[in-house]
Amino acid sequence: MTEFSLAELCITAGSEIFRDETPEVFATVIGLVPRLAGSLAKKTFLPGLMMSDGEYYFAHEPVPVGPRNGYMPVKEGAIGYERVFDLIAKGNRHAFVGPVQVDQYGQMNLSCIGDYSSPKVTMLGVRGLPGNTVNNRTSMFFQSHNKRAFVPGEVDMVSGAGYNPARYPNGVFPKGLDHRRIITNLCVLDFEGKNKAIRVRSLHPGVTFDEVQDNTGFELIRPKDLAETVAPTEIELAIIDSLDPNNLRKNIFKDNPNGRRL
Amino acid sequence: MSSFEINKCMTPKQIVSQIEDGMTIGIGGWGARRKPMHLIREIVKSNLKDLTIVSYGGCDVGMLASARKIKKLIFGFVSLDVIPLEAHFRRARSAGEFEVMEVDEGMFQLGLKAAAARLDFLPCIAGLGTDVLKHNPEIKVIQSPYSSDNYVAMPAIKLDVALCHVTEADNLGNSFISGPDVFFDEWFCRAADKSYLTAEKIVPTSSFNDDYKIMRMPIERSLVAGVSEVPFGAHPTSNGPDYGIDVDHLKLYSSRAKEGWSQYVEEFINCEDYIGSVGGVEKISQLPLPVF
Repeated sequence: MTEFSLAELCITAGSEIFRDETPEVFATVIGLVPRLAGSLAKKTFLPGLMMSDGEYYFAHEPVPVGPRNGYMPVKEGAIGYERVFDLIAKGNRHAFVGPVQVDQYGQMNLSCIGDYSSPKVTMLGVRGLPGNTVNNRTSMFFQSHNKRAFVPGEVDMVSGAGYNPARYPNGVFPKGLDHRRIITNLCVLDFEGKNKAIRVRSLHPGVTFDEVQDNTGFELIRPKDLAETVAPTEIELAIIDSLDPNNLRKNIFKDNPNGRRL
Repeated sequence: MSSFEINKCMTPKQIVSQIEDGMTIGIGGWGARRKPMHLIREIVKSNLKDLTIVSYGGCDVGMLASARKIKKLIFGFVSLDVIPLEAHFRRARSAGEFEVMEVDEGMFQLGLKAAAARLDFLPCIAGLGTDVLKHNPEIKVIQSPYSSDNYVAMPAIKLDVALCHVTEADNLGNSFISGPDVFFDEWFCRAADKSYLTAEKIVPTSSFNDDYKIMRMPIERSLVAGVSEVPFGAHPTSNGPDYGIDVDHLKLYSSRAKEGWSQYVEEFINCEDYIGSVGGVEKISQLPLPVF
């Protein structure tokens, strides 16, 4: 049986969020798992996927993460910040990001925790989440699936919009609101429950539904047939290795655990 | 040469002397990239107070926060990019030391564009369904006059002064940015009553008779009230491709957020020779560009 790490399982599961994407989607992939997931999708089933070099250029081929050791990104266009804003509004974009909190509505927090005027914890700010979430497809990665991240009620500061009808005029969701998946260290979640409720889509090998539910601050939908997250193939593992030649992925999770719990 | 006699050259001190207490100041650049840091250090040294700062924030915001210059901050994020969280901003924000208007990065740009076009607002959908609207009750949601769609009416962010750092400028106020991304500098300048630039080098106007440079000259000279030559004026932020982010310096700076700020000011802001204090010209010239 092929050996793979939990990080590699998350990267492969992350690449699957692009499986039903448009052929030339602009993917914004922030953080190591999203970046490698988007890169893997481009290298396997979605060659037309558009992504940047992390700085300014559209990269013709995914740029390996970490020290470049002489590698030069292959440019095929420009994607400066002003153009990013224009493309967010245009809509054919999938943002795969790592917020700090998420709630039952898929609302995300990247701003602060605690009282807004003098927060206990100050983070980055809302960044582009308000615009992303009502214009583009959204997926998330959480390195640690627990109740501090998957909070009861609503997140402390709703930075990214979600499916809470009380927050919209006449309860009508914006047309562009389209949350897709959440990848965590325990499972893959989607928004395919009734009224966009969050549902467990697959469990990572050895994880139980109860464990996921116990680490989540709101009730999750359990589908009738609960699948196991699909393991990476030898080919996918080789591609991941080529995209991450310095093995930065070994540091995503403490002690770099095996993808199958022992 | 024509007889067109304009000379906007001034010293950084003269630029900062144009700023008054209580003004709204827009700062160009992005995060830890191409910030007019020399001017920020001049503001820290000045007696200015109660400023409203408008910035895609990095250590510009952090330093002004620790120097207690900020009355209100208009922002979408504050980050040093290579160091995601800005320690000085975090400390000051969590202590409630200034008011905030926290908006989406795109809303922020629309606010500048509205001011630049002399409009009260520009519409968008960013902000709908979020606490950006809850914490900024002055931002209204309106119905489209053409359909039942709802839009956020992002109010104009009018600036008294914009400050930017560029690669080259001439004494007329023309300017060239060598890095590929000009960010939103032209929108800060167009949203402002007066804009001031520091430049790595002041050059003759004939230097801009160049098709490559002209593609990277987003700021109209009519917007510019003053220019000043400040080599390495963006340090410790980058001015790619000429020099990268000084990560080691930003780490040291970050470590002075909770205590040691006055020591940082003594060492790096009140010092006679800033470039020398951070390692010299050769070292800065060799700072690598960030890799993500």
